[in-house]
Amino acid sequence: MSYTAWILITASLVGFSCGLIGVLLILRRMAMMADAISHTVLLGIVVAYLITRELSGIHMLIGAIAAGLLTAVLVQSFHSLGVEQDASIGVVFTTLFALGVILIATKVGNAHLDVKHALMGEITFVPWERIELPWLGSIPEAVVVLVVVTVIVLLAIIGLYKEWKITSFDPALAASMGIPVLLLHYVFMSMVSVTTVAAFDAVGAIMVVAMLITPAAAAYLWTDRLLVMFVLSSSFGVLSAIVGYYIAAWLDTSISGSMAFTTGIVFVLSFLLSPKHGILAKYIRPAVPAA
Amino acid sequence: MIPVLSVKGLSASYRKNLVLNDISFEIEPGTLTSIVGPNGAGKSTLLKVILELHPKLTGSVSFFGTSYKASKARIGYVPQRGSVDWDFPTNALDVVMMGLYGQIGWFKWPGRRHKEKAMNALQDMGMADYAERQISQLSGGQQQRVFLARALVQDADLYIMDEPLAGVDAATEKAIMDTLKSLKSRGRTVMVVHHDLNTVEEYFDHVLLLNRTVMAHGPIEESFTNDNVHRTYGGSLRWVGEGITC
Amino acid sequence: MLNFLSYNGQWVLLSTTILGIASGVIGCLAYWKKQSLMSDALSHAALPGVVIGFLMIGVKNLPVMIAGAAASVLLGALLIQWIRSSSRIKEDTAMGIILSVFFGLGIMLLTFVNRTAGGNQSGLDSFIFGQAAAMVMSDVYTMGGLALLVLLIAVIGFKEWKLYLFDGAFAQGIGLSNRIMSSIYLAVLVMVIVIGIQAVGVILMAALLIIPAVSARYWTNSFKWMLIGSGLFGGAAGIAGTYISTLGKGWPTGPFIVITASCWFVVSLFFGVKKGLIVMYLQHRAQKKSYAATLSNKQRMAEGG
Repeated sequence: MSYTAWILITASLVGFSCGLIGVLLILRRMAMMADAISHTVLLGIVVAYLITRELSGIHMLIGAIAAGLLTAVLVQSFHSLGVEQDASIGVVFTTLFALGVILIATKVGNAHLDVKHALMGEITFVPWERIELPWLGSIPEAVVVLVVVTVIVLLAIIGLYKEWKITSFDPALAASMGIPVLLLHYVFMSMVSVTTVAAFDAVGAIMVVAMLITPAAAAYLWTDRLLVMFVLSSSFGVLSAIVGYYIAAWLDTSISGSMAFTTGIVFVLSFLLSPKHGILAKYIRPAVPAA
Repeated sequence: MIPVLSVKGLSASYRKNLVLNDISFEIEPGTLTSIVGPNGAGKSTLLKVILELHPKLTGSVSFFGTSYKASKARIGYVPQRGSVDWDFPTNALDVVMMGLYGQIGWFKWPGRRHKEKAMNALQDMGMADYAERQISQLSGGQQQRVFLARALVQDADLYIMDEPLAGVDAATEKAIMDTLKSLKSRGRTVMVVHHDLNTVEEYFDHVLLLNRTVMAHGPIEESFTNDNVHRTYGGSLRWVGEGITC
Repeated sequence: MLNFLSYNGQWVLLSTTILGIASGVIGCLAYWKKQSLMSDALSHAALPGVVIGFLMIGVKNLPVMIAGAAASVLLGALLIQWIRSSSRIKEDTAMGIILSVFFGLGIMLLTFVNRTAGGNQSGLDSFIFGQAAAMVMSDVYTMGGLALLVLLIAVIGFKEWKLYLFDGAFAQGIGLSNRIMSSIYLAVLVMVIVIGIQAVGVILMAALLIIPAVSARYWTNSFKWMLIGSGLFGGAAGIAGTYISTLGKGWPTGPFIVITASCWFVVSLFFGVKKGLIVMYLQHRAQKKSYAATLSNKQRMAEGG
């Protein structure tokens, strides 16, 4: 397969998996938790690297889950100790991120780890780092990781669909029915972490926040049905990824930055034009009952 | 007879303040009890503590003679309407179906049987026409009826409701009270946090007057006396125009 | 790395101290406005403005870049407000959108600049991660001036801030316009952010605004002392972090300032005299004990009577 095709496949997988996760993120009011985890995952990767001295997919995934869960647990426990949720997120993620940057600057030296790379991603390298798979031949490692993560996320969302729905809408009722709300919260945080780290190579830590939140927010303006929102959000994610790539190619600029920016364009269009919740519709609608 | 709910020596604090102090009472099966008290009397906290949504300081709670955990399936909880985000992308029927999620089991999706059951409950609340409507498009009263329908499908033996009559229209109030009375006639037990002193006698058969501790508890005719009510509300009693308490 | 006491090192130390104090004080306002994470979103939103400021004149010029950053942060703040108030999107989501989309745009522009403007981009990259060590005297003058202005606004308007933050409705009632206060608040927040990103970068800027204020909360219940404490903690973190970063070769300043501030947060969380965990635990135990005592007294009286 051609170089461009691999990049487009990688970007689409990122858009798809982030779009799915994003729906739950914004409905559970955890958009800023995604921002936090996307930063702290850096620490997880650095520590995984320091322990194993290699940068392979599986080590990074485990490091990322650990860092993501650590973030979630710390935020939760500070919050239960009386720190405001907002402030608690702010304290935890900036600290863990600073720790990650210090470790890179002092311990890792000039190894493959590079803060800038981790934060901004370098999708153009993706097609070069390949692994051999039986039957399928040589495939970029990032694509393999992304496919695995996407399948896990998809299965988790479909399998626990009603649990996600009720714990997002009415956690008190869910708890009174015996559904383990806290356990599901941590499962979800793990899903956010693996998705983030899988998307890292392609878009980096900060742009992954755009892919997680913005397509879902755009989808939220188009529909009142959860299932449709999942479909729309993941489609918007894929669309932004592909369009973003071509914009970057056209302007010869950062692909990840451009993909993040494109999610913004999709959102702005939805914000203005959506028939249900768009700005234009709001200006037009008041005239309808009068007519 | 084993009481449906038995609370002994319960106390709880909220942000350093003791809001529930040495609460003891028992709820008999088949009763319709209103929990009444001034703002800040700890009504909502009491419900949350007995449902283990808020930690207790001391005391014990038992349902049907056993623990809360073992009786979860027999208890239906109706939170305050304001406790959820009504912008959530879902419709009325879907919300009612959530009442069945506890019975469906892990990894399974609700089927046609569940849908029918939810539809019947909506019908009972006079909401069948709104089944497909997005929940933010419903009026406050209609949203409360959806919550009630959701509790109905849970088919519980004990219903615990936090202010179901707050801020609803007259038609909804009547629909809800009819439902509560029909629950009672089928031998179910209902506990309701209520804010309107004017309707206590008309709607309920038992009352629990609460102001941080139990001021009086029993059948309306014995416990809902002028004297007890005045003791509960202290000097700040306003019979008419009592605002919506939270 | 420069010797700690070298001429330039002193300027760096001075600027991180000033920055720590200013962000501590303004962070305290943000804390009570319940907008801790807003500062994070807004510092990310500064990036495209900085780069556009650079693009317009082609060289690294601090005042121009600060103006660009201020414009872009203000735009971000207004957009967050607009999205939140005119659609069903909640505030945290709106912040996430602005944060990431603006940052993405900033990276696009930065890559563009790097390609066209040749190799001289190191000054711009430092806006992402901060590069306190690279600051020179004129930078410090600009920063110091702005920081003093910010502090002055916080101090002069002390009782207005207090009213506005704790009882906006009452403040409005006695003729204090919430709208004007909001605008001033936003303006000082933006100022602190743009002077701070030069030293610690857009990502860690939020830490300086959030952490000292949260720490100060554990030591006092008075707004005045919290404002002072937050400024002191911020300044101290600036000094200590800068000092530690001079101990090793190539150690980054910003992250060490953040780590110092968070260590102090943990200390405050446990040992803070007003809301610290140890104090709270002792109070809780005393409460439980006295409660148990009254209960048993009551029982004894009931049995005796």
